[in-house]
Amino acid sequence: MLGILALVTVLVPMCNLLIPQASPLHISTFTMTLLGKYLCYALLAISVDLVWGYLGILSLGHGAFFALGGYAMGMYLMRQIGSRGVYGNPLLPDFMVFLNWQHLPWFWHGFQWFWFAMLMVVVVPGLLALVFGWFSFRSRVTGVYLSIMTQALTYALLLAFFRNEMGFGGNNGLTDFKDILGFSLQSDATRAGLFIASAMALGAGYLSCLYITRSRLGKLCTAIRDQEDRTRFIGYRVENAKLWVFTFSAILAGIAGALYVPQVGIINPTEFAPLGSIEIVIWVAMGGRATLYGAVVGALMVNYAKSYLTAAMPDAWLFALGALFVLVTLLLPQGITGLLRKKEVNK
Amino acid sequence: MCLSPKSTRCYRILLILTLLSFLPFAALCHAEGSEVQFQEGINLLTQKDFTKKEAAIEKIAESGDKRAEAVLRALLEGTLFRVKKDNSIVYGSKEGSKITITSILTGEELGSVKKRKAKKITINNALRTQIKNELAKIELSNPDAKVRLDAVNKLMPTLTIESSDLLANLLKKETNSEVSDALKASIAIIGLRSPEKEKRLLSLTELKGNLNPAVRNELNRLINEEQDKAVLHKAKSALSTIESKIAFFGLVEKGFFGLSLGSVLVLAAIGLAITFGVIGVINMAHGELIMLGAYTTYVIQQLLPDSIGLALFLSIPAAFLVSGLAGIVIERSVIRFLYGRPLETLLATFGISLILQQAVRSIFSPLNRSVSTPAWMSGSLQLNPILSLTTNRITILVFSLLVFAGLYMLLKKSSIGLQVRAVSQNRAMAKAMGVRAARVDALTFGLGSGIAGIAGVALSQLTNVGPNLGQAYIIDSFMVVVFGGVGNLWGTLLGGLSLGVANKFLEPWAGAVLAKILILVFIILFIQKRPQGLFPQKGRAAG
Amino acid sequence: MNVLEGVRTFFRRDQVFDFLIPDIPPDLDLTHGIILYLEGISVSFDGFKAIDNLNLYIDDGELRCIIGPNGAGKTTMMDIITGKTTPDSGSAWFGQQINLLKMDEPEIAMAGIGRKFQKPTVFEHHTVIDNLELAMTGDKRMWPTLNARLSGEQRDSIDEILNIIGLQKLYQDRAGSLSHGQKQWLEIGMLLMQNPKLLLVDEPAAGMTHQEMDRTAELLTSLAGTHSVIVVEHDMDFVRSIARKVTVLHQGSVLAEGTMDEVQNDQRVIEVYLGE
Repeated sequence: MLGILALVTVLVPMCNLLIPQASPLHISTFTMTLLGKYLCYALLAISVDLVWGYLGILSLGHGAFFALGGYAMGMYLMRQIGSRGVYGNPLLPDFMVFLNWQHLPWFWHGFQWFWFAMLMVVVVPGLLALVFGWFSFRSRVTGVYLSIMTQALTYALLLAFFRNEMGFGGNNGLTDFKDILGFSLQSDATRAGLFIASAMALGAGYLSCLYITRSRLGKLCTAIRDQEDRTRFIGYRVENAKLWVFTFSAILAGIAGALYVPQVGIINPTEFAPLGSIEIVIWVAMGGRATLYGAVVGALMVNYAKSYLTAAMPDAWLFALGALFVLVTLLLPQGITGLLRKKEVNK
Repeated sequence: MCLSPKSTRCYRILLILTLLSFLPFAALCHAEGSEVQFQEGINLLTQKDFTKKEAAIEKIAESGDKRAEAVLRALLEGTLFRVKKDNSIVYGSKEGSKITITSILTGEELGSVKKRKAKKITINNALRTQIKNELAKIELSNPDAKVRLDAVNKLMPTLTIESSDLLANLLKKETNSEVSDALKASIAIIGLRSPEKEKRLLSLTELKGNLNPAVRNELNRLINEEQDKAVLHKAKSALSTIESKIAFFGLVEKGFFGLSLGSVLVLAAIGLAITFGVIGVINMAHGELIMLGAYTTYVIQQLLPDSIGLALFLSIPAAFLVSGLAGIVIERSVIRFLYGRPLETLLATFGISLILQQAVRSIFSPLNRSVSTPAWMSGSLQLNPILSLTTNRITILVFSLLVFAGLYMLLKKSSIGLQVRAVSQNRAMAKAMGVRAARVDALTFGLGSGIAGIAGVALSQLTNVGPNLGQAYIIDSFMVVVFGGVGNLWGTLLGGLSLGVANKFLEPWAGAVLAKILILVFIILFIQKRPQGLFPQKGRAAG
Repeated sequence: MNVLEGVRTFFRRDQVFDFLIPDIPPDLDLTHGIILYLEGISVSFDGFKAIDNLNLYIDDGELRCIIGPNGAGKTTMMDIITGKTTPDSGSAWFGQQINLLKMDEPEIAMAGIGRKFQKPTVFEHHTVIDNLELAMTGDKRMWPTLNARLSGEQRDSIDEILNIIGLQKLYQDRAGSLSHGQKQWLEIGMLLMQNPKLLLVDEPAAGMTHQEMDRTAELLTSLAGTHSVIVVEHDMDFVRSIARKVTVLHQGSVLAEGTMDEVQNDQRVIEVYLGE
C-alpha cells in the first residue's frame, strides 16, 4: 500500500512535469489535480475509518472537520490575495469590501502567516472535536444518538457558515485564490507540489493510524467497539480513549481539508452539508471498514465513479450512490477488501 | 393656494352638517339640489388645475348622489376619462388602442373612442388622500356594518376636530356595537385635541386599552405636546397600558407561531418516533416519505383542478397509502435484513432517501411545485387590530393534534396497537405469545411512513413542494424525537411543540438561522445531560 | 506587593496547579480486616425493589458464596459494587478509606475490584492473548496505552495465566471462536491478569464440564487468602465444593448467612427455595 503510494507520489508529478505533452505517458495537470483531490479524500476516509471502523463511532459530521480545515487554509489563501482582489483592498478580502465592512474581523488576524494558518488547520477541528467529544462521550451518548448529534453539529455549522455576518464569505465561500507561499496556484509546478504534499500527508496519516491501530490503544479501541462496558470494568477510561482518537481523527480530516482547498480553488459552506459527511462513510463501507487500506480503496473507487458518472449521466449519480448505500450495507458488510480476504481464505 | 386646507375642511363639514341636520328637507329637495351639485362637481373635473379638482371631489362627495361613490372610486383607480371632443366625463376601460366608454349619468355604454381622443383624469397624492377620506365618509352610512367599521378605521388616522359632530351624529344612529365602539374611539381621538382639559381627560379614559394604531399615534403626539401634568400623566399611563397589551398580544402571536411550527414538527416527527421507538429503526428516508405525501397532494390536485378542497381531503388517505406502502416495501426489501444493526440501517435508509429524491427529481423535475390552498383555509382570523392568526396555520395545528390523538388511540386501544406495544417492550416474549413480530414490524413501519405521508399533505399547504422538502425536515424531526425521548408519543408532542415555540421566541432576538443553530446546540447539550430525552423509557433494560 | 506575591505563588515551580493534581483514590486500607462494607443499600427500578436494605461484609482473604433464587438481587449487588448502578441509599466502602459510591467503573476497577460477568463477555474480535494483554494490570491512561510494549516479565505472567486457564495452545485464536466454557476460562484469566484485591465472579461454572468445574473450584480456593473472592452461583454442588461461608439473598436482602450446612438447614431458606 505504502509502496504504491510512494510510487504514485514520484511518478505522477514526473509524468506531468518532465514528459512532454505529446507523449502518451504525459499526465495532464487536470488529471494530477484530480488525483490530488482523491488523495485528500482518501485521507478523510482514513480518519472516518479510524473512528467508525475501529472505535465504532459512526460520525456523520466529519465533513465539518474537513471543511473547517479547508476554511483555515482558505483564509490564509484569501489573505495572500492582498490588493490583487477586484476591489484592490490590501487588507480586506473582496467579500468584506462588498459587505461594506471597515475592519478585519478579529478571527481573521494571524492568517496572513502560513504557520499560523497551518496551526489553525490542526487546532480548530481538533478543538471542536475535543469539546464536542468531551460533552458526548462523558455522558455516554452512543450509537445512533451520537451519529445524529454529529449530523446536527455539521448541520448547525452549515447554517452558520451560510450567514454573511459570520465573516466567511456567506454562501459563496472563499475563492479566487492567487498563490500559496508565493507560488502561483495556476502553475504546474505548484500543482505538482500540492500533489506531493497530499500524497505525503496521506502516507503520514496512514502510518500514524497504522501505529495507533496496532498499538494496545488500537486493541482497546476495537474492544470498546465490541464491548464498551467490559473495557470499563477492566479499568480503562472509555471516554478518554474515544475523545483522543476522535480528536486525532478530526485533525486528520482538517489536514485533508486544508490540502483539498488549494487544489480545487474554492471552499464554501456546502462542504458542511450532511450529505457530504455521510458520503464519506459510504466510501469507508464500500472499501471495507476496520481496514485502513480499505478506506483508501473505497474513497478512490467511489470518487472515481462519481467523477465519471456526474460527467456522463448526471441524473444517475444519486441513484447509483443511493443503491451503493443499500447494496453495500446489505450484501457487503465487510466491503470490497472483506470480499477479497474471504476469497483468499476460501482458496 | 386660495384656501387653506383647514378652512376647506371647515366648509366641507359645514355642508355635510347642513345636509345631515336638514335630512328631512334634504330628502325632499334631494332630486334637484344634489343633482345640480353632482353635475357641477363632474363639470369641475374637466379642469386641469388640482385645486379645482379638489373642489370638484368635494362637490361630488357632498352631493349625496348615489353615483358619487362610483365616480370617486373610478377617479381613484384612474378609470375616469375626459372625452376631448365634447369635454364630457365618462368611465372608460382601455382595450388595446381603444377605450370603451360608459356614461356616468346614465350608466349606458357609449361605444368606444380611439386612445388619443380621450384623456385620463389625473390626480396627485393629496387628492388621493382626499378621495379616500370622502369615500370613507360615504361608506360610513353604508347599510353593511362591516363596511362601516372599515370606513371608521380608515378615517381614524386622518380625523380632524371638525369630524367630531358628524361622528357623534352617526354614533346616535349606530346599532352595531363594534362600529359604535370604533366611532366612540374616533370621537375620543378628536377629543384629545380639545382645548378643554376635562374633555381631554375624558377622552383618555375612553381610549385606555384601545389597540388601534391611530390611537397610539395620537397618544404619542399628545405626550409630546401636552402641557398639563394631569393629562400628561394619564396619557402616559394610557399609552403604557396599550403598549403592555400590545406586548402581550405580541407574545400570544409568537406563541401561536411557535405552536404552529411545533405542530408541523410534531407531525413530521411522530411517524419517526413510532419507527424509532417501536422497532428501533433510524429511518433516514422519513423525510422523503413526507415528500412523497406532499407530491401525492400535488398530483391529486392536478387531477381535480376544479375542486381543490375535495382534492385536499382525498389527499390525506391517498398520501397515507402511498407513503405507507412505500414504507412497507422499504421494510420488507431492506430493513428487515438489518434488524439489530442500527448504524447499517441508518446508512441503508439514507441510500433509499437519495434514490427517492432523485426519482422525484427525474419524474417531476427538480423545480418546486406549488400546491394551492382551498379558499376556506386562506385568510386569517382577526382577533383585534394587532392580532390575526392565519387560518391555514390554525387548521394544521388542529389537524396535527387530531392525527396525534388518532395515533394515540390506535396504539392504546386497538389490538394492533397492543401488539405493537408488546413487540416494542419485549420482542422475544411477544413472539412467544404468538404475536407475528415480522408482520407487526412491517405494519408499524408502514404506519410510521403513512403518518409521514399525512405530514406531507399538511406541509404542502405551508411551503412549496420540491425534492428537497424532506431533507429540510429530517434533522429537525430527529431532534424532536431525541429531545422528547424515544418511544414516547407524549414526549414527541411536548418536544415538538416546545422546540417550535422556543425557536419562534429566539428568532426576533437572534435571527432565524441563529435561532435554529442555538436550538441545535441546546439539544446537543441537553442530550449530554439526559441521553434518554425528556421522557426516558424506564426500567432495568434502559439503565 | 500583593500582586507580585500572587504572581510568585502562581509561578512556583515546585507546585502544580490544583486542577492538574491527579485525583488519586487513597490506598486500600485493611486495618480492620474487612475488605468490603455494604450497609443499608437499597435500589429500586420503577418501583420494584431490587435491593432492599442490604448489609454485607466481606473479610480480607475470604471466599464467600452468594446464592439465592432468581431476582434475589445478586447481579444488581455486583452492579453496585462495580459502579454500574448507583443505589438510592446506603453506603459501600472498599476497605476503610475508599468510598465506592463516589467512583465510576474504571476507578473502581483500578482500585482493585475485578468482575467476571454472568454471560461471558470477552473481546471476540481479539485473540486470546490480546484479551489478556488488555486486561493486564498497569497504567491504563491513554498515552501509556498507545506506547505500551510487553516486557519480558509481562509476557511471562501472560504465559502463566494461559497455563492456568488451559488455553496455551489457543493463544493466537480469536476469542469469538472459543467454546462457551473456554470463554468462561478466558474471562477468569482476564480477571487474574487484572490482579485485583477483590474478585466478583458471577456464575463461573455455567457451561463447564465436571472436570472444568473442579479445576475452577480449585483455582478459586487457591486464590482465596491472597485475594478476596465473591462467587455467585446456582450450582449447589459447586458451591458446596468451595464454600466456607454462604450468604443467601432473597428479595434484595440477606436472608441467612453461615456455613453451607447451616444455611441448608435454615427453615426460611428451605421455604424460599422449595416453597412451603
